[in-house]
Amino acid sequence: MDQQTLIYLAVGSTFALYIAIAIWSRAGSTGDFYVAGGGVHPIANGMATAADWMSAASFISMAGLIAFLGYDGSVYLMGWTGGYVLLALCLAPYLRKFGKFTVPDFIGDRYYSQMARTVAVICAIFVSFTYVAGQMRGVGVVFSRFLEVEVTTGVLIGMGVVFFYAVLGGMKGITYTQVAQYCVMIFAYTVPAIYISLLITGNPIPQLGFGDTLADGSGVHLLDRLDGLTRELGFTAFTDGKKSTIDMFCITAALMVGTAGLPHVIVRFFTVPKVRDARKSAGWALLFIAILYTTAPAVGAFARLNMINTINGPEAQGVPREDMPEWVETWETTGLIQWKDDNGDGRLFYSNDSRNEMTIDPDIMVLANPEIAELPNWVIALVAAGGLAAALSTAAGLLLVISTSISHDLLKRNLMPRISEKHELLAARLAAAAAIGLAGYLGINPPGFVAEVVAFAFGLAAASFFPAIIMGIFFKPMNQWGAVAGMLSGLVFTAGYILVFKGVFFEPLLPNTREYWLLGISPEGIGFVGMLLNLAVALTVRQFTPDAPPHVQDMVENIRFPKGSSGPGGFHDELH
Amino acid sequence: MAFQSKEAAKQYWRANIKLLVVLLSIWFIVSFGAGILFVDWLNQFRLGGFKLGFWFAQQGSIYTFLVLIFVYVLKMNQLDRRFGVREDEE
Repeated sequence: MDQQTLIYLAVGSTFALYIAIAIWSRAGSTGDFYVAGGGVHPIANGMATAADWMSAASFISMAGLIAFLGYDGSVYLMGWTGGYVLLALCLAPYLRKFGKFTVPDFIGDRYYSQMARTVAVICAIFVSFTYVAGQMRGVGVVFSRFLEVEVTTGVLIGMGVVFFYAVLGGMKGITYTQVAQYCVMIFAYTVPAIYISLLITGNPIPQLGFGDTLADGSGVHLLDRLDGLTRELGFTAFTDGKKSTIDMFCITAALMVGTAGLPHVIVRFFTVPKVRDARKSAGWALLFIAILYTTAPAVGAFARLNMINTINGPEAQGVPREDMPEWVETWETTGLIQWKDDNGDGRLFYSNDSRNEMTIDPDIMVLANPEIAELPNWVIALVAAGGLAAALSTAAGLLLVISTSISHDLLKRNLMPRISEKHELLAARLAAAAAIGLAGYLGINPPGFVAEVVAFAFGLAAASFFPAIIMGIFFKPMNQWGAVAGMLSGLVFTAGYILVFKGVFFEPLLPNTREYWLLGISPEGIGFVGMLLNLAVALTVRQFTPDAPPHVQDMVENIRFPKGSSGPGGFHDELH
Repeated sequence: MAFQSKEAAKQYWRANIKLLVVLLSIWFIVSFGAGILFVDWLNQFRLGGFKLGFWFAQQGSIYTFLVLIFVYVLKMNQLDRRFGVREDEE
């Protein structure tokens, strides 16, 4: 079968699977819709969380970034996994015991304040929209490259599928679909990695392979060869970094804390039956995530080596245009890779000095990797289906947070407290539908700043939610004034700093370079400083205001251990 | 109240915090310590084809995170049982 047929087959059959699961697991109540009735097995929940978490960015972009950044790429690896330790130890079990539906629920109840709830709702919606627009774009890119359809058509098909299972199934449909998507995604990621690892090092385990010797008989370790090559070509050695230590530290911290503060991740721990399941579930989630995250740096190293070798050729003189590798040709048509023959010798050359003639978008590395290594067609089809699974699963999870924020936090808990369950469910479905429409629009007409605002999503989650939730659990006397003042100052500081350097809505006020950064901390890492500021302000304000009232302190006492509900009756206690 | 006494509740919480401090210290040392602050120093040692600091930053820290969470689950389950606050058990 030719490649195009295989791709249609792979994508078509996975889509059919997702839709079948959605029909099988329709939501009947708001409990089903918001938290899947609170009855998901921890292993299934771990898989769903992993699929929800690993977006188009993890699947498509991360290994490519590591290929180009080398050691500096470690911020993503540690940042996006280390957050789960914080989640498992400091948030998940307590929030599960609290037993409501959303993060704004917790913030609003714990700080007995509509103001706090509203700030939390706005943050949740903003963070989620930022993210979802990027996912829809990812769907569009995969479609346009592999299915040879317009980006617009690709986004519309993606929207249709997500619409079907998110609106119909709510959290229940999404959770079980995500389990399937996780399997597709991880298979699609590891199969080419194993293939390439075998080709380059002869070791079938990529995690070990990239620390192994090359299979070309030279006996040289892969990473040493890569260090040598990158240095020769004028780059920083692959295993050394360019980023300053303080910046590495802050970015990693901001990503970890941001991960633990992202509403679509936290809400996952409301869907399991028991507190101890919430703890376990975080462990399973990290296990499933780690399979991809420990493979990614290997894929990055293989890709960089393969890319240099295929472009510069065995003699390191550059390959002539007519012998140009096929993958360069295919991807040139997408504009994501460009060759400009500056010295007119008709040869391609890739380096970090005046000899360089290539412009390569890191985003293509994972998708092009199987082609670079000349793997069979079915592997390429698999990668296409995997990329779509990654983008769709994350988009669905985010859409649910948006619709829940609107129907539950905004309508039920704020504007229309008397709304009936049936109407609330209808509102949730309508909100999900509207959110999909808007996300699709953003996917087709991406505002130039989609990539820019990723720093925003993590920075804001780190600087607003995380400290408020942590203090809410571990510091009983913390009161509404401290929490609100802390969240607002963390938000304003972080958002302000990012805007100054990234502009987003206007021209940046200062150039985004190290000389201008505060203490050498880039906008990506500033969320960590925002978080510290949030804590400092909250603790100071509390000193001068009355402690949280006794019934709130009792509630905090109650969420600190798994059994017994002396406090406000949680939803799950009624259900089971 | 699920605990025998107020004192038991306090002890449970103190044991919980103690466990958190230990585990989070390891979390910090492995990622921020070995992977970032002391990476250059550790890079003089090797683990097969990896420089040690680099390995911690791209592999070792993630494995450690996993172990930390599962140790936490195990220890907390023991603690819950010891204090009689395990769900659906009298």
